[in-house]
Amino acid sequence: MRAIPVGDQALLVELPDGDAALALHAELLRRRDAGALGPVTDIVPAARTVLIDGVADPARLAAALPTWDVPPTTPEAGDTVTLPVRYTGPDLAEVAHHWGVTPGEVAGIHAGTAFRVAFCGFAPGFGYLTGLPERYAVPRRATPRTRVPVGSVALAGPYTGVYPQASPGGWQLIGTTDAVLWDPERAPAALLTPGTRVRFVPEPAPEPAPESAA
Amino acid sequence: MSARPTLTVVAPGPLTTVQDLGRPGLAHLGVPRSGALDRPAHLLANRLVGNAPTAATLETTLGGCAVRPSRAVTAAVTGAFCAVTVDGAPAPWGAPVRVPAGAVLAIGPAGSGVRCHVAFAGGVAVDPVLGSRATDLLSGLGPPPLAEGAELPLGAPGPRPAPADAIPHPAPPATLVLRVRPGPRDDWFAPGALATLAGARYRVSPAANRIGLRTEGPPLDRARDGELPSEGMVLGAVQVPPDGLPVVFLADHPPTGGYPVIGVVAEPDLAAAAQARPGTPVRFLVRGGAIHRTAPGR
Repeated sequence: MRAIPVGDQALLVELPDGDAALALHAELLRRRDAGALGPVTDIVPAARTVLIDGVADPARLAAALPTWDVPPTTPEAGDTVTLPVRYTGPDLAEVAHHWGVTPGEVAGIHAGTAFRVAFCGFAPGFGYLTGLPERYAVPRRATPRTRVPVGSVALAGPYTGVYPQASPGGWQLIGTTDAVLWDPERAPAALLTPGTRVRFVPEPAPEPAPESAA
Repeated sequence: MSARPTLTVVAPGPLTTVQDLGRPGLAHLGVPRSGALDRPAHLLANRLVGNAPTAATLETTLGGCAVRPSRAVTAAVTGAFCAVTVDGAPAPWGAPVRVPAGAVLAIGPAGSGVRCHVAFAGGVAVDPVLGSRATDLLSGLGPPPLAEGAELPLGAPGPRPAPADAIPHPAPPATLVLRVRPGPRDDWFAPGALATLAGARYRVSPAANRIGLRTEGPPLDRARDGELPSEGMVLGAVQVPPDGLPVVFLADHPPTGGYPVIGVVAEPDLAAAAQARPGTPVRFLVRGGAIHRTAPGR
């Protein structure tokens, strides 16, 4: 663990991997909820770091962090969200090619994986989900799409993501969900928050049009 | 009682948004902080009309705007210096102005600086989104920028404002001086990069916006290629994209990013950054001293 000052009121804590970042994030939330952390504005987990922003005395926190006993994240920790998916994305064949499987097998592999939201970013409610083995990492598309539809289930690098609203994007699209990932009028606004467990469940594609039946 | 009082937008100007203190605390969901770029100007405008600091104001950009209240309202214009008129008659800048029902309050183009904050007694009362009425131009949260003919609800005025007899009026800087604390990723840059940042002349780029103060000047050389794994970003972070030109993150900055941050600008300096016009010289005052790092093995 290395805590680097960020300006005068923040710390960036570097960790060995995403699981350690999630574990520290959970511990920070526990301590904050117990009133043992002092005032902070934001606690932001990311790929291998946790940013703690709006801290009155970052040096003191940096000195205290290594003395904490941070329990590792257990597979059972966190709420579970189930997302029904139609695995009919336009990049299914390309992903299958990268994986060395048939397009039909992609859904089974993906839906058979236990995912967890490692962190959020890119857009409100956009979660970076980990869980796929390293060999299933895929590159981003060489040319990003100018518009990715809302609900698109997509892959890039080691991550799976679901577009909470239509936006430009360079991830490989493998499916679509009707789940509402982000609704500022709802509490909570984000369906996927750091630490949430996620399962994708294949659902049949809508009645195929005759020309696409093949 | 008559219908709920409103402001009708007569002329939106090039970019006028509703702003308050933003949405801090939601970065872990990918929600930018947003909020007034010149926070002291926002707070002062609210104080002049008797509002709480959290009341929403209008933030103009260079070109001003004009609005017509449906009931008489006290307004105040702060931030960038500009001409203020009520139905064409000159009115004071930086002081409470009584605008009669149906009269047009016009905020002229900024004579110096970039952004005016316009407060109305009772505040601009658009529906809050996640606890804030701020327009976030990165994520699209909050009300859209003002458009001609749009109607914005006004809140109920509070008690009479305390008189203000000395209005702080910082002139926009001839040279924008930004104090920078190195890190967290200064080690991603070539050995001379911090010295370049500290010693070279930069200018505010015409591409500067609410997301970031883009600058032009000598590029900062990297010692390492590629991108960092995505990590949390703070307000004032000096992020350096592949072109090497520093970008100072302002209120609508993305909450996470993968380009290295060479240093962080002290928050009190960001109000001046919000008022620096394109072309303004920028000096980064890199603060040395002990850089605190802990590296205990565990």
